[in-house]
Amino acid sequence: MRKLLLLVIVLITGVVFAGRLFYLQVYDTSFEQLSQNNAVKVLYDYPQRGYIFDRNGKLLVSNQPSYDVMVIPQEVKPLDTTEFTDLLGITKGRFDTILQKARVYSPRLPSVVIPQLTKSEYAFLSEKMYKYDGFYIQKRSLRDYQVDHSANVLGYIAEVNKRIIEDNPYYQMGELIGMQGVERQYEETLRGVKGVKYIQKDKFNRDIGPYKDGIFDTLPERGKDLRLTIDATLQRYGEQLMSKKRGGIVAIEPSSGEILALVTAPNYDPSLLVGRERSKNFTRLYYDTIARPLFDRGLQGEYPPGSPFKTLTGLIAMEEGVITENEIIRCPGAYYYGRGQRLACHHRGPSAMINGIANSCNTYFCTVYRRTIEKYATPEEGMDRWHNHLQSFGLGDYLGYDLPIGKKGLIPDGDFYDRWYPEHQWYATATISNAIGQGEILLTPIQMANFTATIANRGWYYTPHMIKGIGKKDSIPSEYTEKHVTTVSPEHFEPVVEGMHQVYTRGTASFLQIPGIDICGKTGTAENYVRIDGKRMQLTDHSIFVAFAPKDNPKIAISVFVENGYWGSRWAGRIAGLMIEKYLKGEITRKDMEEYVLNGSLEEEYAKPYSGEPFKINN
Amino acid sequence: MAAGKGSLRFDWLTIFFYILLVAIGWINIYSASLDENATQFFDFNQIYFKQFVWILLSVLIIVFILALESKFYERFSSVIYLVSLASLLGLFLFGKTISGATSWYAIGPASLQPSEFAKAATALALAKYLSDIQTDISVFKDQLRAFLIIILPALIIIPQPDPGSALVYAAFIFPLYREGLPYIYLLVGFFAAALFIATLGLGVIWVSLGIIAIAGILLFRKRKRKPNIFKFVFLTAISLAFVFSVNYIFNNVFEQRHRDRFNIVLGKETDAKGIGYNTNQSEIAIGSGGWTGKGWTQGTQTKGKFVPEQHTDYIFSTVGEEWGFIGSIVVIILFVGLIARLLVLAERQKNQFSRIYGYSVAAILFFHFFVNIGMVTGLFPTVGIPLPFFSYGGSGLWGFTILLFIFVRLDAANSYYGN
Repeated sequence: MRKLLLLVIVLITGVVFAGRLFYLQVYDTSFEQLSQNNAVKVLYDYPQRGYIFDRNGKLLVSNQPSYDVMVIPQEVKPLDTTEFTDLLGITKGRFDTILQKARVYSPRLPSVVIPQLTKSEYAFLSEKMYKYDGFYIQKRSLRDYQVDHSANVLGYIAEVNKRIIEDNPYYQMGELIGMQGVERQYEETLRGVKGVKYIQKDKFNRDIGPYKDGIFDTLPERGKDLRLTIDATLQRYGEQLMSKKRGGIVAIEPSSGEILALVTAPNYDPSLLVGRERSKNFTRLYYDTIARPLFDRGLQGEYPPGSPFKTLTGLIAMEEGVITENEIIRCPGAYYYGRGQRLACHHRGPSAMINGIANSCNTYFCTVYRRTIEKYATPEEGMDRWHNHLQSFGLGDYLGYDLPIGKKGLIPDGDFYDRWYPEHQWYATATISNAIGQGEILLTPIQMANFTATIANRGWYYTPHMIKGIGKKDSIPSEYTEKHVTTVSPEHFEPVVEGMHQVYTRGTASFLQIPGIDICGKTGTAENYVRIDGKRMQLTDHSIFVAFAPKDNPKIAISVFVENGYWGSRWAGRIAGLMIEKYLKGEITRKDMEEYVLNGSLEEEYAKPYSGEPFKINN
Repeated sequence: MAAGKGSLRFDWLTIFFYILLVAIGWINIYSASLDENATQFFDFNQIYFKQFVWILLSVLIIVFILALESKFYERFSSVIYLVSLASLLGLFLFGKTISGATSWYAIGPASLQPSEFAKAATALALAKYLSDIQTDISVFKDQLRAFLIIILPALIIIPQPDPGSALVYAAFIFPLYREGLPYIYLLVGFFAAALFIATLGLGVIWVSLGIIAIAGILLFRKRKRKPNIFKFVFLTAISLAFVFSVNYIFNNVFEQRHRDRFNIVLGKETDAKGIGYNTNQSEIAIGSGGWTGKGWTQGTQTKGKFVPEQHTDYIFSTVGEEWGFIGSIVVIILFVGLIARLLVLAERQKNQFSRIYGYSVAAILFFHFFVNIGMVTGLFPTVGIPLPFFSYGGSGLWGFTILLFIFVRLDAANSYYGN
């Protein structure tokens, strides 16, 4: 025992040490990361964000340098706080809060102290930064907007928030990301890839050369430029026309699906969301819950389409064979259905398809709609057939365009009404308002522009899109070069097109004719209601218009929506005509019309329901 | 020089372990002290080059030690011991202070640390005393004398201050025990250490209650023979007094830095930036080595000089980081192998003096190994003692070399006489 004691202790010690080493080196893997944090500093090299051009190569967005004051909390040494906060132009309390927040985020990763210094602030500060350990100035590149329009198309970039960092490890605190519009949709294309340098540090945090001779380092990859389908001139003109009004304009090139203009009103200057005033401006825009400037009415506004929808009712009826283009339907000034139910019509007399569209006859379209639904054994089945036809026009679902926001709209089917009427006791007449684009139907302006383009093409469309080219190449994602053909045969489109043409030559928009251009269009007026302080009230009708031109080989299809603009040709019709002329001719001959629209304001109309006073509508 | 040429049989296995440890140690010192600015190898400002020179010089020392007759060490052990004590005392007059401790003599550009040599001297003196035919270690008077031999150099070293080096003398309890020291000393020592740690870890109240509970269970257990109640109560009272005095000493006599060291190991405090920095960085260095390490001179912790004193007391963290688990285990095996080999050799000695000396060598090496690796891997509190043959330092290397090779010489003589 005496001879063996020390030998046994030695052997046990050897085993215990081996176990401890196994635990430290093999079992517990956290030390690897700890030693990385300790000894390796990561430096990022940010590439230029790609530029954005319009369809004609006009520069819309470029970059400008910006400087952020950053901090790495664990490297901060005791400093003269008063002097430093004076330099930064913030209070001691604010400074402490920022520092505390940074420490909570991470003691070893950089956080922003003061974002986006001005050039003079930068020049002043950069000389003094050496005095403050742990603080440094990070150069970044900010957007420099060359235009004051298209904010809804371009979107904006902003600092990543915590949620984004958690979801996507590429981003680090203080970095910028596209938050809206094409900036968000094409974030990875525009942003490029940041370069990384790993630097070996010693315990005083001094750089002592590249880590592992730089084998893990990468070079930054420049962001690619983006060419949009937007026509900057047309877009700008559209925004001017929509000033002091609320609504949207969507213009599409029918032959390609390229979006020529996407206007929402009210809009804002994209430069507002750059620089140090950004958050103040953003808050102001964000909390304007009445005018809602951040709400893209062209994509997100869901409205009853009104009379333009009659073109689709007619097309489906012909495809279903419940009417021919020449069959005449008499209108006694109203459509009567059920027990004493009537739906008024503003004209009387006999109409075939062309005339029905030109005069926007309610009786005609209610009749053919009812025939379509009642063709099948049950109304559910008829409703489903009708729904499928409309779906082939891209309605009732997301269109699939390349912007990150949108709405589905609503095209009811059999199930929809079965849910409304649980006893399944409903007939075509219960849904008769659908025939004339009221009832349950909701479309977004871009869906309306798209079905107009489809009619212009006589039965097919490309998914509307914003992208025209990436970098130097013209290639665009394949989903935008895939033709969608509707369920309605091409021959049925001619009478509808002719009807829309006669809307201009002798119908509801005859006073909007533009010399030298064969425009096909359709007016619309949609009743609407709003709930303010729990009270439902009717507001002035929405003014709606869809059009395309020229009649043969169309170059532009457009939908215009003006909230509470009263009848269709009053505002929307004029705006559509001006946009078409601007795009096709480059100049305006109907100066009278232009003046009417540019000087016209609907702000009084919009203030009515909030005035607290009783008010009149549709005047 | 009585031994004839070729008739001495050195234990080559021990020498093999020694050479490997010194070589591996130097390789790691090279990495830990590598200076990117050094342009050439032969640069006396570079730590690794200095150590290289110390290693070459130790070869001379080995030759000298092996050349002397083995009887010399036995005969002159008292003289060597007295000279050694004098050299330690001399520090109070002529000593040079390096990082707070007056433990060095300045000799030209180099410094000598006499405490590193005192270990060998004490081992010789103890071996001499215990092997004396008149000494009986089971007698209290002789026990006292043996303790005096051991504790005298330690008492001189403590106020330098260098408590770490003084602590090493506790290792002599092993050869004493081997030679017949009553087991009660070892038991009391172990019990005291356990109570010490338990008191710091759990607090006075819990440990006191525990002692009383255990005493009660032992007392009222059914036994054939009635226990001596007086003795029982006395032992319990002594234990309780010890616990309370530990608490008092810890809080009132220890300095804050000592308290911190214990608290960190006991997990009561974590302070990765302050006092716990050394241990924390050392653990990170070792832990980040993984299975096979980051490769020689590739350790990021080592290159960044994150571990303080890495080329001296913390040299093992370089092994851990750059050579990984495999390399660390090799070093552990070499140490355990060397110590075990020394123990086997010691038991083989026919001469009692050689046996006690050999046992002392093994015990001292083990104590260093045990405390140093325990500290570097975060198992024990920080106690600044070097890892034998590994840590940078001429005095240390030579001290251990002398310690070891005197025994190699004694062992060779033993084999010689045996044949």
